[in-house]
Amino acid sequence: MLARALFGTSMGFHIIYATIGVGVPLMIIVAEIMYVITKDEDYKIMSKRWTKGFAILLAVSIASGTIVGVLISLLFPGFMQIVGQVIALPFQIEIFAFLIEAVFMSIYLYAADRLPTWLRLISITSVAIGAAASAILITDAHAWMNTPTGFEMNANGEVINVDPWRAFFNPSFVVTAIHVTVSAYMTVAFLVGSIAAARLLKSNISDQERHYHKKSITLAIYIGAIMSLSTAINGHETAQMLHEYNPRKLAAAEGLFETTTHAPLSVGGWTSREDQEVKYAIEIPYALSFLAGDRFDTEVKGLNEYPEELWPPLFVHTLFNVMVGIGTMLIGLSFLAIFWRWILKKELPGWMLALFVGGGPLAIIGIEAGWCFSCIGRQPYTIVNVLKTSDAATQANNVGILFALFVILYAILLVVTVAVMVSYFKRHPVETELVEKGV
Amino acid sequence: MEESLLAVAILWSILFLYSITGSMDFGAGFWGMVYGKKKDSTASKIANRFLSPTWEVTNVFLVLFVVTLVAFFPFAAGMLATVLLLPVGLGLILLTIRTTFMVFEGKTERFKDLLRITSGVTGVLLPSLLVSILPITLGGFIAFEEGYPQLLYGKLLSSVTVYMHIAFGLSTALFLSALFLADYASEAGDESAYQTYRRHAIWLGPLSLIIAVLTIFTMPPEASWIVDNFRENLYGFGMSVTLFLIGYVLLFVKRPNGQIGYSRLSVVFVVLQYGFAIYAYGSAHLPYMVYPHLTIEEGFTNPTMFNQLLIAYIIGLCILVPAFILHWKLFLKDKRYLKQD
Repeated sequence: MLARALFGTSMGFHIIYATIGVGVPLMIIVAEIMYVITKDEDYKIMSKRWTKGFAILLAVSIASGTIVGVLISLLFPGFMQIVGQVIALPFQIEIFAFLIEAVFMSIYLYAADRLPTWLRLISITSVAIGAAASAILITDAHAWMNTPTGFEMNANGEVINVDPWRAFFNPSFVVTAIHVTVSAYMTVAFLVGSIAAARLLKSNISDQERHYHKKSITLAIYIGAIMSLSTAINGHETAQMLHEYNPRKLAAAEGLFETTTHAPLSVGGWTSREDQEVKYAIEIPYALSFLAGDRFDTEVKGLNEYPEELWPPLFVHTLFNVMVGIGTMLIGLSFLAIFWRWILKKELPGWMLALFVGGGPLAIIGIEAGWCFSCIGRQPYTIVNVLKTSDAATQANNVGILFALFVILYAILLVVTVAVMVSYFKRHPVETELVEKGV
Repeated sequence: MEESLLAVAILWSILFLYSITGSMDFGAGFWGMVYGKKKDSTASKIANRFLSPTWEVTNVFLVLFVVTLVAFFPFAAGMLATVLLLPVGLGLILLTIRTTFMVFEGKTERFKDLLRITSGVTGVLLPSLLVSILPITLGGFIAFEEGYPQLLYGKLLSSVTVYMHIAFGLSTALFLSALFLADYASEAGDESAYQTYRRHAIWLGPLSLIIAVLTIFTMPPEASWIVDNFRENLYGFGMSVTLFLIGYVLLFVKRPNGQIGYSRLSVVFVVLQYGFAIYAYGSAHLPYMVYPHLTIEEGFTNPTMFNQLLIAYIIGLCILVPAFILHWKLFLKDKRYLKQD
């Protein structure tokens, strides 16, 4: 239990930085390309400032990534024993992807002024590819835990007939990988939107700075709209994948107890174990069946198909709702903004900017809820139907001490990161860079 | 060659790579801290100029080592993880503090000194902590309770050999980084920083060698098997000492341009020195991963997985080598980077 708490906290911490680490390079590429196309210095400044922020976050991201990578081996030796035999490939390749990211990140950070534009673009693109590939490969291991393939277990619990590439391309790999990547892009777009919106709401900024932030929020709105919509479309595919390969998780997500056709979709509410229903929820008739199989008469399995000790904790329904709810809100927000500016041809009003300020933090909450849903929804298994979490965890003492130390460390790091970011950008306001650009 | 032997050779090579780059990295952080306050010295600048673009890459080698260990030897991972949970966990905390504070230091004015000193000190504690894992694998510090291995902390913390290992890790990190930074300063044409680091390398070199030899004599009775094996690998250790002597003498030879010491050659010889020593140590350690509980054969993964991993390694290296060369040219060779102000 302590092992899970420690690892869960570490992941929850790492996910914030990792998501940003995947998303920011894309924003930088877009800004660099915009600069090449428009020759507008503002975009150059934008990419430079994002890179500076990225460098600060990357330090924490790399450190926490190292922690997660090593801790998983330390805390779940039973799990890693099977992982090492079956699904070691993505971990291995991930290291190379990450090395590429690290090498080109140094190049982009410290040698950008010595490189011609095309080589700079190649560097930052390599960073983005490396970052996305890292995320996708690690997600592959996560996907494999949900839909384990590529091996068999014999009667003695030994792993036999290993097929590493079948494990690699397990059924949920592609959908999950896309889900993680596009949702990271979405999150970062909304974070950028948050910052720009917050600045635009201030009344005492110069026209120059106002123009700068307008360009930045425009990029954010477009990328946010595309990515949030893709996340939703892909989310639909994820639901269908769950329906086929892991119906127990889908049932828990939706709080569905009895196997039914024409199953309704419950939005909101709280799943009650005693009454076997989702209380205080809004039910959309037939919607769940349609989501799962594109037909209203699709049969959706309920939790009662499984013994109760194999149910995931029922509050995953709420996590699922939070994730989907936030995703839907963000789609609505970005498309409303597009409608406002390009159909009505009006400036974004203050209330909408205020909503955008909230968009970034909301997206982060959505990501956290999504990860918690996916990992808690997998319980009681670490590797679905193969290995229970309780059998995978370490037997070592001292996990409690480490847990306390790591929680303190994360708390300090969160505070210090924010403090450093604020202090750095306070000392280097965009104002001065905008004034200097003409010189 | 047997597959498990090949696997352990690859793993050991990564360890070699990391012990060299990691020592330079952590040591450079320490030197950067020591000279950070002195306004008249460029020694700190040189250290930081080396660190900024390289620490990420160095860090990845650590993860590469752990991942390779688990991938090649999944059955060893269980025992090592249980035994090493606390030391490695603490190491991770130190590493995180060191890394993040080092980066934060450059970005903020407030708390600059606090950040600098914390990252410098934690950085130099790390190699010591990592090296102190070695004696654990040599026997005598693990007991089985209810079928699960546990580390005997009391015995470990009260044994001389652990502290000798720690001293060895510390002196090695400082020696390698001082020597390397001397060469880096020479490449950048910074004579005063060159002399500073050269002086440190001159006293640290013999010290680290003496500590290494003394460490062997502090090995507990349980580890006597490896001392016996050392005798069979005398060739490797002998080469190592010889290479050290050559590298060391080169620091005193006057060059045609008047500078004292062939720093580049010296670095090469010292790296070779550590190479020979590490491989000799590694082969003396065989066939055990953790004496007497675990051999490489018992820890090894299935051959199918191993072959696929090997292919992945080769492809990965083919992509990475050009990237590394570009990196090297830009940060360790390019005069525009080395000589900026």
